[in-house]
Amino acid sequence: MTAIADRPTTIFRRPTAETGFWSWITSVDHKKVGIMYGYTAFAFFIVGGLEALLLRIHLASAESTFLTAADYNGLFTTHAITMIFLVVMPMSAAFMNYLIPLMIGARDVAFPRLNALSYWIFLFGGIFLYSGLIFSGITAPTGVAGIPGNLDPSDARSFGALPDGGWFMYQPNAGAQFSPSTSLDFAVIGLQILGIASLISSVNFIVTFFNLRAKGMRLLRVPVFIWMTLVVAFLLLFSLPIIAIALFMVMFDRQFGTLFFDASAGGDPILWQHLFWLFGHPEVYVLILPAMGIVSEILPVFSRKPLFGYSAIVFAGAAIGFLGFGVWAHHMFASGITTVAQAGFGLTTMTIAIPTGVKIFNWLGTMWLGRIKLTTPMLFAIGFITMFTIGGLSGVTHSVVPSDWQQTDTYYIVAHFHYVLFGGSILGIFGGLYYWFPKLTGRMMNDRIGKVHFWLWFIGFNMTFAPMHWLGLQGMIRRTWRYDPSLEFWNQIVSAGAFVIAIGLLVFIYNFRTSKRRGEIAGMDPWDARTLEWAIPNPTPAHNFSVVPTVHTLDDFWHQKYDEDDEGRPVRKAEADDHVAHLGEIGIHPPFPVHLPNPSYFPVVMAAGLPLIGYGIIFHTSALGKALIVIGVLISLVALIGWGAEPLEEPHPTSPGAHS
Amino acid sequence: MARSRLLRLLQLAALGLTLGACSVIGIPDSPLNSLDPKGPFAERIDNLFWPVFWIATAVFVLVEGAVLAAAIVFRDRKGRMEPRQIHGNNKLEILWTVIPAVILASIAVPTFRAVFELSECGEGAYPVEIIGHQWWFEYRYPEESIETANVLVIPAGREVCAAMTSEDVIHNYWVPSLNGKRYLVPGQTTHLRLQADQPGVYWGQCAEFCGLSHSLMRAQVRAVTEAEFSDWVAAQQAPPVTPAEGTLAAAGMDVFLNRGCTQCHNIDTINEIEQGAFNGPDLTHFMDRGVIAGAYKEYSVDNLKTWLANPPKEKPGSYMPNLGLTQQEIDDLAAFLETLT
Repeated sequence: MTAIADRPTTIFRRPTAETGFWSWITSVDHKKVGIMYGYTAFAFFIVGGLEALLLRIHLASAESTFLTAADYNGLFTTHAITMIFLVVMPMSAAFMNYLIPLMIGARDVAFPRLNALSYWIFLFGGIFLYSGLIFSGITAPTGVAGIPGNLDPSDARSFGALPDGGWFMYQPNAGAQFSPSTSLDFAVIGLQILGIASLISSVNFIVTFFNLRAKGMRLLRVPVFIWMTLVVAFLLLFSLPIIAIALFMVMFDRQFGTLFFDASAGGDPILWQHLFWLFGHPEVYVLILPAMGIVSEILPVFSRKPLFGYSAIVFAGAAIGFLGFGVWAHHMFASGITTVAQAGFGLTTMTIAIPTGVKIFNWLGTMWLGRIKLTTPMLFAIGFITMFTIGGLSGVTHSVVPSDWQQTDTYYIVAHFHYVLFGGSILGIFGGLYYWFPKLTGRMMNDRIGKVHFWLWFIGFNMTFAPMHWLGLQGMIRRTWRYDPSLEFWNQIVSAGAFVIAIGLLVFIYNFRTSKRRGEIAGMDPWDARTLEWAIPNPTPAHNFSVVPTVHTLDDFWHQKYDEDDEGRPVRKAEADDHVAHLGEIGIHPPFPVHLPNPSYFPVVMAAGLPLIGYGIIFHTSALGKALIVIGVLISLVALIGWGAEPLEEPHPTSPGAHS
Repeated sequence: MARSRLLRLLQLAALGLTLGACSVIGIPDSPLNSLDPKGPFAERIDNLFWPVFWIATAVFVLVEGAVLAAAIVFRDRKGRMEPRQIHGNNKLEILWTVIPAVILASIAVPTFRAVFELSECGEGAYPVEIIGHQWWFEYRYPEESIETANVLVIPAGREVCAAMTSEDVIHNYWVPSLNGKRYLVPGQTTHLRLQADQPGVYWGQCAEFCGLSHSLMRAQVRAVTEAEFSDWVAAQQAPPVTPAEGTLAAAGMDVFLNRGCTQCHNIDTINEIEQGAFNGPDLTHFMDRGVIAGAYKEYSVDNLKTWLANPPKEKPGSYMPNLGLTQQEIDDLAAFLETLT
């Protein structure tokens, strides 16, 4: 259906593959990009999970020698970076990519090639980050006054080092003097590369949101998940530049001898913390808001009621986004910031609990008086609410500043943010996966195995993270390679819980693989859902909508199927089944030719230049390093020129310039 | 008094409910237990923690109970009618915006009071200085010209105002039973109030990730009576006794002076390294401390000898290198160090 003119473009012949390896490499289809995001993030999820298991094996005994201190530090740093930047963010991005156009009634995102570019930058950035394992060794700090630290030869290695400064990279500990191994440079520059990917997609999603909504989809008819992606996109747009600059400063400190964070030269190590958390706290909401959006889509469908307080939930999400920029220093209550600042940031932190509470109560209101179908996605959504509530409440205790002086940097905090990030984000994301799986594959996930997965996770999760509250209050500090033997018992429960989670993940993988091949055929609208993406066949056809829909109300698809009786109860329209079948029919066979953006080589080529520049900067003292910088810049530049010279769509002989 | 004891009992009961297995299987509290205040500042925090804990628990029970109830009561069963399509309720929205706001305000007020009350050192507080190093704490008593390490000796019942900074990276001083945490930042001075009501030993720990041996950077506060404190100050100010010729300790002193130890370590009257050069712990009254190597190990001759034989193996990253001492040198050195009372 996509006519491709037979003419060479400036640098490469336009790719034409519609299936197979090259169709994925060159795809600009938001669905394929989304699926690639999903699989890549899932691969990193396994890596980050294995890192967690290694940490937990080590921590199963107080005086463990399973890992060296350097490896332990490397693993907890990489676990955090992986789970935040390579798992939760890109998994959310997978949903955003796949669903934004479908839920707003569009054929693609606003800038399809930019979308592919952000994926490839993300992939190469992730690989770059981990490639430090090959190039970096484990070394002792160089220390002050020229007296170096020492490592026992059995603890040192000339390769295989993970970045070990913590994902927060507090200066000067993560500076060149105290963390001389290049492993940290891979994290510093890797995160800059990943940041470019996120920045590009945030711009893309914002433009898509404002320009490509179907006719009639006014702002307050937009599904909550899409609203939350908008808030996330704005959070990223405003917070990523801060961390980009801060990471540049660290990079220059580490590579080129600047002294931004060196107190002895008039620099300020606390400045780094302000910059980091000014990004880092909005980032927290970047991680949770998409899952909140997903849950807001799942709950109404399986409660068979509209979302309670739709506009309150939307505004609460936006409020969380705004307030998220005003709470960063609550990560620094022990840092010696002024008393007034502590009180102020304590107050803003408390304030953020209000919109969060509004969301929780409205979700509860959605379930209340409903007709609740406890399918796997619904279990995950309910699990999300219950676990996120715990994380939210422990969050309120952090806002009580003096309490936080005791709890900060202990496992109490580790418990808190895992309740929010695992109990929240991850449960929400997996609920979404079960929910939209038919959309991706045309088949259903096995519900029974899905429930086994849910309960294994629910139990394993609480085994793993509930005792951490207690451990923290008992004084177990974070990032600790050793701990007091009196804490061993609960640490062993925690470690056992981590393995229960791992088993749950294996169950999921089994379910995913078998359901993808042999799962029950989903057909149209398997959940009797409410939003536009279910008004087209499963799996989604390449062109999304054969006829771009016109929207008349919130939950438009539901109202195409249902009327309300006098009591306000839904009554399925007599013609609903025929209507849905008809939608399925035209969904597969568009009445008019549909033209889609053509695939392109340039996004992947342009992205490929960035890690080369990164390697070049790390090894800039060598001739090879300098050469790599030049080569990397040239590759990206050539791709940029080619990109600019290449039309989004090749001309179509039948209907010139048509693009809906 | 009786009332606070009753409160404590209630708190214990609550902990028994939430994580009761601890007491059932008889796990002792950790030495860093943050729920066991031993001085007024930690007490003040503790008194703030519990009401908030109870409010949070109440909200937890209500919300989780309601979610579970909804999932059970409104579960789809045979014959259940389609639900009425309710889109929301503005009164409820206002209600569940205002009620949390009121609860939070009621938490905010005592929080602010405590923040302001706890932040500034009191007048007449006894001044000490704490300097963070990878991976040990140095203590100075400016009024008494004492420099020591690992163990902070303080008079019980008196407020101590610690002025803190760091020589290298950011550290975080935390003695949970005496107060919350406070950073030690290179190039800056932060302040922390400490007070122990009763004489005793209170454990602490560096709480901010500070590199390879972060987990082994411990602290100990030893609170003593005023009289004991005066004696301790006098003993600290006295020079050590130079060991007699021909003893093991004298041989150990030779090792100390000639095998590189003096590059970092000072012993009053024996080597006197210059201030400002690279510092290891001052060893003048080494035996007074009862702990070694950043307070992560109790002192014993065996522990000391293991440490001297290969510090980086004991404490990864250690600035004290493996000097390749022979067993004889280690024995001599240990004998010498034991004379530094």
